[in-house]
Amino acid sequence: MAPENLPGMEDSLNRHELVHSIAVALAEEAKRAGRSMCFMEVCGTHTVAIARGGLCAMLPESIKLISGPGCPVCVTSARDIDRAIAVAMIKGAVAVSFGDMLRVPGSLGSLETARESGGEAAVVYSPLDALALARENPSKNVVFLGVGFETTAPAIAATVLEAQSSGVNNFFVLPMLKTVPPALAALLSDPQCAVDGFLLPGHVSAIIGLEPYRTVLGRHKRPGVIAGFEAADILHGLRLLARACADGCYDVENAYPRAVRPEGNPVAADMVVKVFEPCDAQWRGLGMIPASGLRFRKEFERFDAGTVFGLDVPETEEPAGCICGRVLAGKASPEDCALFGGACTPSTPVGPCMVSSEGSCAASYNYGK
Amino acid sequence: MCLAIPGRITFIDGNTAQVDFGGAVRAASVALVPKAVVGDYVLVHAGFAMQIMTEKDALETINAFRDVYGA
Repeated sequence: MAPENLPGMEDSLNRHELVHSIAVALAEEAKRAGRSMCFMEVCGTHTVAIARGGLCAMLPESIKLISGPGCPVCVTSARDIDRAIAVAMIKGAVAVSFGDMLRVPGSLGSLETARESGGEAAVVYSPLDALALARENPSKNVVFLGVGFETTAPAIAATVLEAQSSGVNNFFVLPMLKTVPPALAALLSDPQCAVDGFLLPGHVSAIIGLEPYRTVLGRHKRPGVIAGFEAADILHGLRLLARACADGCYDVENAYPRAVRPEGNPVAADMVVKVFEPCDAQWRGLGMIPASGLRFRKEFERFDAGTVFGLDVPETEEPAGCICGRVLAGKASPEDCALFGGACTPSTPVGPCMVSSEGSCAASYNYGK
Repeated sequence: MCLAIPGRITFIDGNTAQVDFGGAVRAASVALVPKAVVGDYVLVHAGFAMQIMTEKDALETINAFRDVYGA
């Protein structure tokens, strides 16, 4: 696929000469820093691009990359998956989501297995498709499973506003949205956090801009670089992180200005604020993080599937032997897991990091890292 | 999942645009980028254009890499 670039740019930014030159500059910067450094790529799309491009092989030995909690499906708690399954099993309701969600195991199976036992679940590309489904099926209650980060939240908010203004009353959302800066704060507040710098997610940043990261990273004296998704973008971002470490400079830099404005997209961000408000949220692997989720504001509660259908499900436990939690916190690699590649593969996933194509286990399995 | 794909707007009617992704044309909402006009490149995620990208920005990126890395 050709992400984020105008036609022709993908080729420009993956040219061997350019990528090689950046790798050399990165090695020089790492040498100047004179110590081992651990950088976290927060975003699952970066994880896949790094694995697919074999970029780890181009890093100097002193730089270690670890994957962060930026795969929305992976950080969705098993309890939330159980709630989604409960939606699918309600008579007359259909649970609608992005494709990755269907196979994620909760404690009661997955949406896919729910479908086999009579539940209704459908896959869409956009929340607008779910709204269209509601319009076409007035006798059904269509529930969109609202999984995603700041990139996806505006799409869901805009769809809710559209449903409201056009008077569609059989469209609902189960909000499981999460926000990235509070998760970074949670990671950094762990005294054992070994991360020296963050490769920040390009498309979350296209919405929220630079400021929310500055507050968090400044407090913990770590640099952050917003990067695009081509080989040159990623290696350049890592070079800027190495340079920041060498200089002892802890700012947030924007290395993806073709998509990210310093202020983000205020129209989109305002739409999210209009419909949702922050709430505490449970992250798989990271636990409860204050103010890291989004719930409906009071005036939009009639769209909230949780309130309307009363989806109370019990607390859950991680599948036996699965270390997705530690992988998502950057404390273990996929290969450290006894299930990796044996009992747990993309075709028979045990944990969420193997289900989503953006999960670090799936990326390691498919491409090696 | 925060994957976003760039395409060029070929038509706008209200909040709905037709966006050309290198030959494949799909509908996308421009509710989040009200300033977008026909001919603009937009970054599309989950059926919504989320940012306008200009050719100038793209060329600046290429030139900046060339200047810094000489390649």
